[in-house]
Amino acid sequence: MAEVRFGKAVNMALDDALAADPTVILFGEDVAEAGGPFGVTRGLLEKYGDRRVRDTPISEAAIVGAAVGAAMSGLKPIVEIMFMDFVAIAMDAMVNQAAKARFMFGGQCSVPMVLRTPHGGGVNAGPQHSQCLEAWFAHIPGLKVVVPSNPSDANRLLRAAIADPDPIVFVENKAMYSLKGEFDESSEPIEIGKAYVARAGNDVTIVSYGAAVNTALQAADKLASRNISVEVVDLRSIQPWDEEAVLASLSRTHRLVVLHEAVTAFGVGAEIVARMSDIGFDELDAPIKRVGAPFMPTPFAKSLESQYLPNAEDVIAAVEQVLA
Amino acid sequence: MSPAKSDNSVPKSRLLEFYEQMLLVREAENRLSKLFADGEVPGFIHLSVGQEAVCVGVTSALKREDTLASNHRGHGHALSKGVELNSFFLEIMGKEEGICGGRGGSMHVADMSVGMLGANGIVGAGIPLAVGSALAHQVRENGAIAAAFFGDGALAEGVLHESFNLAALWKLPILFVCENNGWSEFSPTDRQFGANVRELAGVFGIPSDYVDGDDVLDVHDAASDLVTAIRAGEGPRVLECVTHRVRGHFEGDSQKYRAEDEMNSLSNHDPIAKLESVISKRRIPKKEVAAIREKIDAKINAAVEAGRAGNAPDFDRAQADVYTAVRGV
Ligand SMILES: Cc1ncc(C[n+]2csc(CCOP(=O)(O)OP(=O)(O)O)c2C)c(N)n1
Ligand SMILES: [Mg+2]
Repeated sequence: MAEVRFGKAVNMALDDALAADPTVILFGEDVAEAGGPFGVTRGLLEKYGDRRVRDTPISEAAIVGAAVGAAMSGLKPIVEIMFMDFVAIAMDAMVNQAAKARFMFGGQCSVPMVLRTPHGGGVNAGPQHSQCLEAWFAHIPGLKVVVPSNPSDANRLLRAAIADPDPIVFVENKAMYSLKGEFDESSEPIEIGKAYVARAGNDVTIVSYGAAVNTALQAADKLASRNISVEVVDLRSIQPWDEEAVLASLSRTHRLVVLHEAVTAFGVGAEIVARMSDIGFDELDAPIKRVGAPFMPTPFAKSLESQYLPNAEDVIAAVEQVLA
Repeated sequence: MSPAKSDNSVPKSRLLEFYEQMLLVREAENRLSKLFADGEVPGFIHLSVGQEAVCVGVTSALKREDTLASNHRGHGHALSKGVELNSFFLEIMGKEEGICGGRGGSMHVADMSVGMLGANGIVGAGIPLAVGSALAHQVRENGAIAAAFFGDGALAEGVLHESFNLAALWKLPILFVCENNGWSEFSPTDRQFGANVRELAGVFGIPSDYVDGDDVLDVHDAASDLVTAIRAGEGPRVLECVTHRVRGHFEGDSQKYRAEDEMNSLSNHDPIAKLESVISKRRIPKKEVAAIREKIDAKINAAVEAGRAGNAPDFDRAQADVYTAVRGV
């Protein structure tokens, strides 16, 4: 098994999809000639030509709107929005068009498109280049939201996302692009909506997704040396999310912490907590804790940002509270 | 009334075809107006009475495999693109058998089988959809083109400007049709947009044309010329059709904001009356015209009856269409 970087794993999935299916096209700002702002789409223009791999002007509303129209007309577009913060400009196309077309038109069509976009802090990009806005999309019936935590998952989930008939927001944590991980090229796509247990444990469950899964694993390592056995569940996709897997883990550990990099308030964690306090109430031996960013914009200065981002210490503190 | 074109080169059958199509849209909407007043059509409906020459003139220059994205005032676009009348009424009356299963209603009539990508409740939003559809035609090399219908009000939406630019840069096969009826909701166009659509098109190097949108023959000729260029791979084109909105912005709008003079002059612009004068100059027997009227009436009566007989939509079936299918990889 080879080691690949997260960005390369995404690139390989795009490459495979373009090679396998002539209806797959890719467009976005600086994705073609320049190979993408993070180098993720490097080499694809050369391989597949400028008909299918296109640079767009800086027009997020038209990029995503055109992806929806193309998806309704026989293509499988993959579009990139350079930073997740910029999806604010393209919300109509996702929320009012892509998400609703199948339902609103009585099942006449699907909208098989993928919107790839990087979220997350840790690179001192400041308030408008760091946000984790995935909860916005998870709130919209008709959209799916996938957030991989490692290179192998990024590849396997993206392949599933491209094959999926519905509109998908595929979120990549920008701080992870250069992160290396094991990747078996012969591995199958991963079914969207299924979580997996990234680390088995008995005392407490940490549910997370995306890069924060790695924070949870770090915390679990540290806690293991204190004889606290942590189970880490990686959701992989937050819409749909794997309620059964979370409940099953809770039923083993009876204690739950939910972790994400996004702002805690009104976030994905709130939904998970609400569901588990309903269907998992009898299993709970302690109140559920949420760990996420405080209710403020992502600050720029290194010192501020590192205090802002949830880290392993925050997770450990939450675990200690649910075990107290 | 401005002089109607009585070009003898237009075959009689064509004139009657246009007449029938415009009349279908007109009478369908007149009936919807009544059904709305009687409480048989819920929600909001925006009628295109007075604008029928635009949808008929343009769609008659299109082929079935061409695609069209529309706006909130989309009944004419849908019917003239070929959406079947009964399923159209069933939809707007909120029935399971409607073309969209009663999920969308007037503002979301769509029929993928005839390339009607949907009316749209969001001003301007259909424009990039048509751009994407044109992109699909270009990539698939299927020879089809896309058309975007939008009002003068949409000119102020940023996404229209993005769409013109993108279509021009990529030389996409798309016809942008601006139906300029002088009003966006309750505001006159000159208080809404500081330029005009043709100047704007020119800035992006998109050739354009401008027609009396109340003259179906003019609209058809202009649209046909533009469509020919688009099909030849010359890139996007813009057609501005100056037309008149007779009814309120939506049914129930009393139009107190419009001057009496303007309201009184509307009948001078009626596209159906204009075509009738051409037809009478061509000495087409009144009988033939009357027969068309009867045919349309009968079709609409039948569609309304079908609408009334339709079933209330099934909730579970509706919910099952939020996603395409629950399936593995
Ligand atoms: C994004 C958005 N803003 C506002 C509205 C409310 N609205 C619906 S139609 C309309 C006026 C549109 O005018 P125009 O495009 O000229 O079309 P017309 O009604 O004249 O056919 C407005 C403001 C809307 N539906 N969507
Ligand atoms: Mg208008």
